[in-house]
Amino acid sequence: MTPALQGLLTIAIGVSGCVGYFYLSNLFLDKVLFPPRGPNAGQNINRANLIRPWLFLFPALAALGLYLAYPVVETLRLSLTERVPGSGYRWVGLDNYTQMAAEPKFWEAMRNNMFWLIVVPAMSTAFGLLVAQLTDRIRWGNFAKSLIFMPMAISFVGASVIWKLVYDARPTEQDQIGILNALYIFFGGTEPNTWLTIPFWNSFFLMVVLIWIQTGFAMVILSAALRGIPEETIEAAILDGANPFQIFFRIKVPQIKTTILVVWTTITITVLKVFDIVFAMTNGQWETQVLANYMYDKLFRANDWGVGSASAMVIMLLVTPILVWNVRNARKEME
Amino acid sequence: MSDLKLTGVAKSYGPVDVLKDINLDIEQGELIVFVGPSGCGKSTLLRMIAGLENITGGTLEIEGQVMNDVPPAQRGIAMVFQSYALYPHMTVRENMAFALKIAKMPATDVDAAVKRAARILQLEPFLDRLPKALSGGQRQRVAIGRAIVRDPKVYLFDEPLSNLDAALRVATRIEIARLKEAMPDSTMIYVTHDQVEAMTLASRIVVLANKGIAQVGTPLDLYETPDNEFVAQFIGSPSMNLLPGKITKTGEMTTVELASGGIAVSAIPTEDSDLGRQVAIGVRPEDFFITSEAAVLTGKVDFTEALGEVTLLYFEKTQDSEAAIAKLPGVQRNLRGQVVSVGAVPEKVHLFHNGVSMRK
Repeated sequence: MTPALQGLLTIAIGVSGCVGYFYLSNLFLDKVLFPPRGPNAGQNINRANLIRPWLFLFPALAALGLYLAYPVVETLRLSLTERVPGSGYRWVGLDNYTQMAAEPKFWEAMRNNMFWLIVVPAMSTAFGLLVAQLTDRIRWGNFAKSLIFMPMAISFVGASVIWKLVYDARPTEQDQIGILNALYIFFGGTEPNTWLTIPFWNSFFLMVVLIWIQTGFAMVILSAALRGIPEETIEAAILDGANPFQIFFRIKVPQIKTTILVVWTTITITVLKVFDIVFAMTNGQWETQVLANYMYDKLFRANDWGVGSASAMVIMLLVTPILVWNVRNARKEME
Repeated sequence: MSDLKLTGVAKSYGPVDVLKDINLDIEQGELIVFVGPSGCGKSTLLRMIAGLENITGGTLEIEGQVMNDVPPAQRGIAMVFQSYALYPHMTVRENMAFALKIAKMPATDVDAAVKRAARILQLEPFLDRLPKALSGGQRQRVAIGRAIVRDPKVYLFDEPLSNLDAALRVATRIEIARLKEAMPDSTMIYVTHDQVEAMTLASRIVVLANKGIAQVGTPLDLYETPDNEFVAQFIGSPSMNLLPGKITKTGEMTTVELASGGIAVSAIPTEDSDLGRQVAIGVRPEDFFITSEAAVLTGKVDFTEALGEVTLLYFEKTQDSEAAIAKLPGVQRNLRGQVVSVGAVPEKVHLFHNGVSMRK
C-alpha cells in the first residue's frame, strides 16, 4: 500500500471512529441505559443529560490525562529518583535538585532565560504594536502585514537556519555571505565577527530570531484589537486637541491594554519553553544555554533522567503562574 | 454678529456629491437644528464644521475667520457624539479634563472647570467612576460635560439622544434646553432625525434634502409656511396631506377643484395667469374638521386609530377620493366604514405648484 493511501485510510478510520463513538455512545445512553420511557421517563431524561457531557468529554479527558497529566506526575517522580545501574530506581529525595543548583551551567541557563523573558516579549509586543498601528492606514499595509506575519509560518529550526546565514562568518579574504558581517565590513569593520560566539551578546542575537517570529503574531492580534477601538473615541480625542502620539498612547493603547497583556504573556510562555532556536544555532555553547536546552542535554545526552526531570519541573513551575494569569486575562478580555 | 457662516459649502466623495452649495448664517446664541431624512448629509455637514471631514468646496467661517484648514481642536468647537464616545479607560473626571490637560492648562484651572461642569450637569457624585459604571443618561451628561469644560464658541451635537430610551430622551431633551438657557451666548448646532427634538429645541431649523437646504426657519415658520412639499411633509406628524387639483378661481382667495371632486379654498392669493394651473393643495391632518357643507374631501374611512386625545381617520383611496389622513380632536366613535366629509379653513390650506409653495 502506498503511504498516501495509508494516510487516507488512517484519516478515514480515525474520523469514523470518533463519529462512531459519539453516535453509538449517545444511542446507548438514550435507548438502553436511561430510555425516556416507562415509569421513570422524566427522571431518566435528567439522568441521561447529567451523564451526556461526561460521555462526550471522555475521549478528550482520557487523551489529556494520558499525554499531559500522567507525564507531569511521572516527571515529578523521576526528578525525585535516581536510576540504579542495571535495575530499577532509587528514591533520592531532592538530591537531583541540589545537584542541579550546584551546577554553574544551570544558573547560566536560568540567567539567560530571564533575559529572554524580559527582552523577547517586550520587543515582540512593542514591534507588533508599532507595525499594527503603522500599517493600519496605508494602502499597502495589508501586504506589509502579510510579509511580517510570514515568519510565523516557518518552524523555529527553519528560522534558525535562515538566521545562521545572517550571522555567518567567512575568512577575511573571502566575500561575506552573512549580511551582518557584510554590512560590518562595508561600514569599515576589518575582521568579520563570529557573532554567535561572543558571550553575553550572542544570547541577544538568538533572541532576535524569536522576536522576528513573534512580532507577526503580536501584530495580528493587536491589529485586530486596534480596529475594535470605537472610531468616535479617536475623533473625540482629535477634537480635544490630542496629537497622533497622544491619541496612540493615551487613547488607543489604554483601550487595548488587556489584549497587550494577553499577547505579552502568551509570548512569555513561548519564550520560557524556547529550545529549538538555541539547539539549532549554538546548542547552548558560548554561554547561551537556556533551561529547555539544558533539560534536553541532561535528559537525552547525559542520560541523567533525574536532573533532566528536575529541570523540566523548574520550567513548569516558572510557566504555570504566567499561564494561569494569561488565561485569566484572556477571559477578562472576552467579557 | 454672525458667529458661524457657511458659504457655498460642498462635499463630494470622488464623483459623488453629498452636499452642494450650502449657504447658512448662524448668529451667536442660536440653537440651530439640522433635520432631514437619513442619508441627507446632515451628520456629514456637522462633521465638516467640526473638522472631522474636509470641506471640498466653499468656506466655513467662525467669528469671521476661515476655518477650512484649521485643525478641529483650534476651531473653538466641541462635539457631543451619538455614541457618547467617552474614553472607557478614564474616569468621569479624567474624561472631562482630557482636553484641558492636552492644552496644558494649569491643574487648578482644570479642576475648577471640571467641578463647574459637574455641578451644572449634576455629575458630582460620579466624578471618580468609569463610564461603564454609568447609565446611558449619565454617560450622555458626561459627554456634554466634556464639551462644556472646553468653553467652546460652538457646540455640536450629533444625534445626542438617539441611544437613550423614550422617557430618558424627553428628560435629557429638557435638560439640553435648560443648558442652552443657562448659556445664552453659546451657539449650538444640533443634528437629529427626530422632528419633535427639532421643534422643541431649535431657535431655527435647517431642513436638509437633496444635497442642499430645503428651508431654514423657526419651527413654527416651517410648520405654518413651508416653502415646498418636502418641508411640508417632513415637518408634522402625520405628514401633511397633498391633494392634486386645478385652480378654478384666482384673486385674494384661490379656489381649487380637486381631482377627487372636492373644493378647497385657500387664503393664498393668486393672479389671473394662474387660472387653470395644476396644483397640489396641502392640508395638515389636524386642520381637517368634519363638515356637512362643501367639503375638501369626502371619502370612506378605511381605518381609525383612537389615541384618546385625538382620533386618526385614514381615508380609503378610491376613484374619486384620495388617500388622506385626518386628525380629529378627542374620541370619535363609530366612524370606521362611514363616508365622511372633511373641510379646512382657507388659512390652513397650502398651495404648491411643481412642489414649491405659491405663497409669495
